[in-house]
Amino acid sequence: MEAIEANNLSKSFGSVTAVNDVSISVKKGSIFGFLGPNGAGKTTVIRLLTGVLTPDTGSIYIGGVNINNDPLAAKMMMGVIPENGTVYGDLTAEQNIIWTAKFYGMDRTTREQRAQEILSQLGLTERKNDLVRTFSKGMRQRISIACAIVPSPPLLFLDEPTSGLDVHSRRLVIDTIHKMNNAGSTIFLTTHNIEEANALCTTISIINKGKIIATDSPEQLKKTYGTTHYVEISFRQSVTEALFKDESISRVERWGDKWRIYTNDPDHVVKYLAQVAERDHLSIISIATSGPSLEEAFLQLTEVA
Amino acid sequence: MDLAIFARSVTLVTEKNMRIYYYKGAVVIFGLLFPFLMFFTFFIGRNLDLTLFFPGFLGMMLFFTASSVGPLITPWEKREKTYERLLSLPVILESIILGDLLSGAIFGIIITLIVWIVSAVFLHLPLANIGLLALALLLGAIAFAALGTLLGSPATDTPSNIMILSSLVRFPLIFVSGIFIPLNQMQGWERVLTFFSPLTYLVDLFYGALNGTAVYPPFLDVLVLVVVILLFIGCAKIIQQRNLVTGN
Ligand SMILES: Nc1ncnc2c1ncn2[C@@H]1O[C@H](COP(=O)(O)OP(=O)(O)O)[C@@H](O)[C@H]1O
Ligand SMILES: [Mg+2]
Repeated sequence: MEAIEANNLSKSFGSVTAVNDVSISVKKGSIFGFLGPNGAGKTTVIRLLTGVLTPDTGSIYIGGVNINNDPLAAKMMMGVIPENGTVYGDLTAEQNIIWTAKFYGMDRTTREQRAQEILSQLGLTERKNDLVRTFSKGMRQRISIACAIVPSPPLLFLDEPTSGLDVHSRRLVIDTIHKMNNAGSTIFLTTHNIEEANALCTTISIINKGKIIATDSPEQLKKTYGTTHYVEISFRQSVTEALFKDESISRVERWGDKWRIYTNDPDHVVKYLAQVAERDHLSIISIATSGPSLEEAFLQLTEVA
Repeated sequence: MDLAIFARSVTLVTEKNMRIYYYKGAVVIFGLLFPFLMFFTFFIGRNLDLTLFFPGFLGMMLFFTASSVGPLITPWEKREKTYERLLSLPVILESIILGDLLSGAIFGIIITLIVWIVSAVFLHLPLANIGLLALALLLGAIAFAALGTLLGSPATDTPSNIMILSSLVRFPLIFVSGIFIPLNQMQGWERVLTFFSPLTYLVDLFYGALNGTAVYPPFLDVLVLVVVILLFIGCAKIIQQRNLVTGN
């Protein structure tokens, strides 16, 4: 049985078709990424899957339970971090967490213990008795996460969990996702950040204009849709683009203090660069090769569609 | 559906509402101060028998207190964006509707009971039937908390719009419900208007329970209030269900 099984979901708002015949199957224990540009329909899909919005057509099974027939049972299995949803500003951090935990039938000792554990894990212990209203955006997002994970849900939904966060909050969010996944939770997240999807997810669905256009592992997506490799090099001495003249080089771009050299034959380019450096007495500070990127695959897919 | 989970969700929504919304300015002003002001404006400077009008005042008190929490909650939560998160918890629409209703009803009962007890002690008010008084309190609180919930149901994230709407609906009702003029002193079209106000039947129950001077038989008042409760809850559910479809 899959953690999420959704078939032929469609949702229109007036004349706008936000979700168009989307089917999703998420394996237990995976980190599933829903990647797409702004307005692609990611949030709408999450809202459908979490029972916040009623689909026009299609069916949704959460852990084998049809959410339409038994929404309470389905929702008992999930924790949700909505894109724009937030916790209660008029309650304290701790009150928000404890109140949420009660919905899942956690007894007093368990929920108190779990709340303290999460508060400390997310660096909120010192502010636990402060009203959430007084918190910064990053801290609010952490409380939102705390509330979603307090019942240790088998399924965790996160809608753009790191967007707009500072580095520290972002790190905490990503660590939490890994921690929850290691503890057995299935993760469903949306993002428009390609690097993040690449780094986090075991499976990615790319959605554009309400339609899923590809679903695969990040590596497989790169392999199928990306072709170009590049070599990145920097020298102690300053050089000009004229240095990189070889038939194996398709394009050269300047990236800060580095040069990015696109090619279909990285092996040949690296050897060529070593030769040039030797010949012109240049010292190399760094050199790295990189395979096809998810960004390339993403651009290709979303431009075609 | 698991009834235990459902009951828990209703309790928790109620708990949250009681903690947050009882202290909001709009609730204190429209729910608490307003009925007092209305009554004293009416009473001061006129040589009226307070005991005679007290059931009407108590009805108005319960009406305003019970109906003032509901309109605020959902629009407020949509604006603050807590509504989205609430919906994703183990709740169904009925949990939210009943939780909103209960928090309004409890607010109404508590305040009205305090007002009644204090007044009874100081003014030596009559009490004809305590069982009927309890029933009136309960049914009135539920009926007008249901009205409050209904008023808070239309799709909006602007609480002030809803407060205006609910004032427009609630304010006229107090003039056609036998509060400032007892029912049996009204005639013709004035009397006919009172038929259509659900508050009439609550005030009449209070007249029966306190002064023993009801115009209608109690079962009729009770029946009307029960029908009104079902109607308000049903409409609130239909509207909120439609909001789940439009996503507003
Ligand atoms: N409640 C709504 N009413 C009307 N249009 C909506 C609503 N929610 C989303 N949309 C539209 O649906 C499309 C998809 O939106 P959304 O799911 O939020 O995209 P994403 O999360 O990928 O940025 C957009 O064109 C958006 O304007
Ligand atoms: Mg979105």
